[in-house]
Amino acid sequence: MGNASITTRGLNHFFGKGDARKQAIFDVNLEIERGSLTILMGPSGSGKTTLLTLIGCLREVSDGSVSVLGHELNNADEDLLVGLRRRLGFIFQAHNLHESLTSTQNVLMGLQVHGGGNPQKQRDAAHHILNLLGLADRRDYLPSNLSGGQKQRVAVARALVSNPEIILADEPTAALDKESGHKVVQMLKSLGKARGTTTVMVTHAPRILEMADRIITLEDGHIVSDQRQ
Amino acid sequence: MSHLLTILFGRLPIGWLQLTHSRGRFFAAVAGVAFANLLVFMQLGIMGALNNSTVAPYDILDADIILSSQDGNTLTDGGHIPRARMFQALGVAGVSDASALFIGNLPFTLEDGSSVSLLSFGMDVAKPLFATPAIATSLEKLSLENTVLLDEGTRGMPKDVIAELIDGGQFRFETGGNTLTAIGTMDVGVGFLADGMMIMSDQSFMRVFPGRSSGAPNHILIRIADGVSNDAVVARLMNTLPSGNLRIQTKSGSAANDLAYMATERPTGVIFGFGVFMGLLVGLVIVYQVLSTDVADHLREYATFKAMGYGQSFFLGIVFEEAIILALFGFIPGILVSLGLYAGLVSFTGLPVEMNAGRALLVFFGTLMACSLSGAIATRRLANADPADLF
Ligand SMILES: Nc1ncnc2c1ncn2[C@@H]1O[C@H](COP(=O)(O)OP(=O)(O)O)[C@@H](O)[C@H]1O
Ligand SMILES: [Mg+2]
Repeated sequence: MGNASITTRGLNHFFGKGDARKQAIFDVNLEIERGSLTILMGPSGSGKTTLLTLIGCLREVSDGSVSVLGHELNNADEDLLVGLRRRLGFIFQAHNLHESLTSTQNVLMGLQVHGGGNPQKQRDAAHHILNLLGLADRRDYLPSNLSGGQKQRVAVARALVSNPEIILADEPTAALDKESGHKVVQMLKSLGKARGTTTVMVTHAPRILEMADRIITLEDGHIVSDQRQ
Repeated sequence: MSHLLTILFGRLPIGWLQLTHSRGRFFAAVAGVAFANLLVFMQLGIMGALNNSTVAPYDILDADIILSSQDGNTLTDGGHIPRARMFQALGVAGVSDASALFIGNLPFTLEDGSSVSLLSFGMDVAKPLFATPAIATSLEKLSLENTVLLDEGTRGMPKDVIAELIDGGQFRFETGGNTLTAIGTMDVGVGFLADGMMIMSDQSFMRVFPGRSSGAPNHILIRIADGVSNDAVVARLMNTLPSGNLRIQTKSGSAANDLAYMATERPTGVIFGFGVFMGLLVGLVIVYQVLSTDVADHLREYATFKAMGYGQSFFLGIVFEEAIILALFGFIPGILVSLGLYAGLVSFTGLPVEMNAGRALLVFFGTLMACSLSGAIATRRLANADPADLF
């Protein structure tokens, strides 16, 4: 396994069945190092999201191999997948916050998935990360009372609060203004240095491209360029 | 509340937060469950009153075994049996005494012109042991021609008349060309069976019901000797007595049969049973509707939780949490309103409608089961929460 936290070998992915069967990923071979910040680029429909969901244990790997944190996903059982998902952090394009939960409660959901734990410590941790993201005065608000950017920052806090080993983000900065987008990516980068957190992110924002360790470009399901910087 | 539940569950009470977030839906669901509870309580209340009424007359009898005719339905809705059976029974080992019981319904016109019917028992006053002790002492006095004991709960009977009777007074009334004198009271509460009840000597009974013959009572009451088992005597009676058109039952067995007959063969019993079923169904449908809409409305959030690593049991937990909350919050107003309606029914109809802990528990657990069942069905929709669709 070496220092790679994500490895893919001969990975293909198909959608649909019979005549409607369509290949979205073609023979992708990747090794993504622990602690790195990798950016996925490519035109719409090129397979970026599909690749992210395969790595994120959200889609069944049926052709080729994906190994995440040392575990093979092809033919993995549901328990292994659920267990692995707990070690990942997702930041979606939409915030996907629970409308009935306050900012703090939404962030707590990211911690309580691990079970047990001291409730007061969990609450402190949730408040701490919300503070870091500039949401100290919004922690008891329901999502309906937050702006789009604030909601997205709560979603980032929810993904980061449990110290995931890998963070998968799909155009997370779309809803964020430039400054907080930059701040979030800065946080991800320093987490990579301090804790070895690996980040794979789909984005086209130029300022963020500059901060990446590696930029992979997809086209029609093929990797067409792979630059390290 | 939310804080309390957090401590209780060791996690955020998502179900509670989710339900109470859409208040309109929550109140509608609670009202629905309360209404279903109310339906069930009313049906059970009236059914209970019917049952109480059916077996109430047994309470004034003190017998071990009852001989009845096969074509009778219940104690008070029975055919006739030859008195000869009584003499034959007296010759069976283990039988210590036997007595004939005559039953009839007597119409009686009240002062205000309205007519009531009085369930009338004719008993052998020389054998007071066949009545419960409270009545046995007054039974001897009934040997005076045309004297009766009157049920305190008789509908339409002026309160002061009853009060005077309890104080040792008398009440004279005219029915079917006979003048009867009530010389005391008893407390039976016949409810559905008749408007009231009275008890008199078999001699008086024959005068009041000229069509009846002393050779054909409705039942033969039997007491057995000390130390003999009911079943053994029943078996011996079966062997000895001619089997044609004869039913031999213990007193409790006869009462149980009457209840079963009322519940399964009379339209009222069947209708009430159906009412309970409908109440359950209403509750089930309402709770299912609320829970499955709630699941459908939160598929995106559930998919997110799945992506975060929450497993199936977590989602089942949420749905069952919601089901239990609905059961609890619906039951409380449901039973409170039912208690009010019970009190109303008692004061308007005099029927023995009463709440008891057994029924409350039964309905509560029934509600819990129905809500959980609805929840279990609603969870089928959870399968639609696919985290791969989130990106
Ligand atoms: N659930 C799906 N069912 C069928 N086809 C899909 C599905 N998701 C994506 N695709 C197809 O797969 C290809 C890659 O899609 P996607 O990974 O979403 O691209 P990107 O994220 O780069 O825009 C596209 O042609 C898209 O139409
Ligand atoms: Mg995409």
